[in-house]
Amino acid sequence: MTGYTATEMMTVAAARALKNEDVCFVGIGMPSAAANLARLTHAPEVTLVYESGTLDTRPDVLPLSIGDGELCETALTTVSVPEMFRYWLQGGRITIGFLGAAQIDKFANINTTVIGDYDDPKVRLPGGGGAPEIATSAGEIFVVMRQSKRSFVDRVDFVTSLGHGSGGGDREAHGVTTKGPTLIVTDLAIMRPDPETKELTVTALHPGVTREDVVENTGWAVRFADTLEETPAPRAEELEALRALNERTARAHGDAA
Amino acid sequence: MAQFLDLADAVEDIVRDGDTVAMEGFTHLIPHAAGHEAIRQGRKDLTLIRMTPDIIYDQMIGAGCARKIVFSWGGNPGVGSLHRMREAIEKGWPAPLEAEEHSHAAMANAYEAGAAGLPCAVFRGYLGADLARVNPNIRSVTCPFTGERLAAVPAIRPDAAVVHAQKADREGNVLIEGIVGVQKEAVLSASRSLVTVEEVVDSFGPRSPNAVVLPGWAVSAIAVVPGGAHPSYAHGYYKRDNAFYKAWDAISRDRDAFTAWIDEHVLRAGPERFAQFVDASMKEGAGA
Repeated sequence: MTGYTATEMMTVAAARALKNEDVCFVGIGMPSAAANLARLTHAPEVTLVYESGTLDTRPDVLPLSIGDGELCETALTTVSVPEMFRYWLQGGRITIGFLGAAQIDKFANINTTVIGDYDDPKVRLPGGGGAPEIATSAGEIFVVMRQSKRSFVDRVDFVTSLGHGSGGGDREAHGVTTKGPTLIVTDLAIMRPDPETKELTVTALHPGVTREDVVENTGWAVRFADTLEETPAPRAEELEALRALNERTARAHGDAA
Repeated sequence: MAQFLDLADAVEDIVRDGDTVAMEGFTHLIPHAAGHEAIRQGRKDLTLIRMTPDIIYDQMIGAGCARKIVFSWGGNPGVGSLHRMREAIEKGWPAPLEAEEHSHAAMANAYEAGAAGLPCAVFRGYLGADLARVNPNIRSVTCPFTGERLAAVPAIRPDAAVVHAQKADREGNVLIEGIVGVQKEAVLSASRSLVTVEEVVDSFGPRSPNAVVLPGWAVSAIAVVPGGAHPSYAHGYYKRDNAFYKAWDAISRDRDAFTAWIDEHVLRAGPERFAQFVDASMKEGAGA
């Protein structure tokens, strides 16, 4: 296998974080690609749930929306949306919330609401959806998103979903007992919060990526771990599974025509 | 018992100018044909409630039916923005649009509270979230037993609810299958309700005793509109038209393209237009 894209590296690295025993609440888009890649490769037993109420779903193609019929047809069961949020998420039965974001800050707070002022925004984004409560009710949070100076900022314009707030101890101050964001996977690197300050710290670089690349694409003076690892490149079977999934998906959504 | 009406009479009777209206369906079973009928009838000053406004409210907002939107995720799923909704909020075209924004958990809980006849919903939510700062309808209560501070939002109690379902029987009972979303809660929270259905059957046939059935005496009106959820879908009848959701991005981006689309497909068409979207091959193959 020769060559792979940065997006493929990101998706593969994110997929590797999921384990067979996880119960994962899956966001649409990149999180959904990563979660299903995990299921199709090293974690065939992972439990995937989507906010449309589909519990333990095994889609053959990636859904375009959070409620495509494919999710329901391949699910163990489908519950109502109030039940999904009340019993399964708020009830503490989700180990991992897998989210994407438009903007994230150095304490991993997530913004999917507005760029600029709420009442007079520069850009109006879709909003929170399920994320505000996933961020506080799921055992821990993984985030997958492309990295740039505009998307990785010192402070988000709007906290749609709480990460580590203003730093160490702030989740607890808000009455939150779950871990929050523990892993951020981008097209350049992997970041994890510092155990004390909760500031996001680069712990691994993807192959071919330099520290300078990360610094140039981060909106704060980003720190690096003392022992910086290199993310293992995608293996042939990971790339094959991802590309086959993407091809099936494109055909199913009418893109190939 | 639910009255069987044609779609025009049903929408005229159930959805009135100035109403608070919930047209629900979580990606699945979105009552698009009823939305088109409301546009044709020139409905005005509606407060539109939906967790995901989707194309149905993008069209109704762009056509001038709404004065306020209550929502929790306002995008075109997997595609991008709802351009008509954004332009109404940002530029007041074709009319100013007030927006009240929540999370999914809040709205799902608020529908459930509405169906349960409660004044508000209580849940563990909005912790550290800025929406609580900008939306005065997000408040908190303290649990009298544990002292835990919990989020509270008003129950959703709309004047009218509109949903789409697979089947009604001749007594007006309604069967909903697949992703059931907040359909049942929306209908039971509203003063009046309209269910559009794919077909009317003599009997629902073999089904799970736990199937979601709305009794006919809990529904105000039923209108038969085959294909009426397109471009969303009806499990067992037709798939989600993902290609149309993508095409909507270009149609809705431009005022003139949008207006021309509404003119051709809504104003100069009727509910019978939706029948073409039913996939006969799926129904034969559906063993449900």
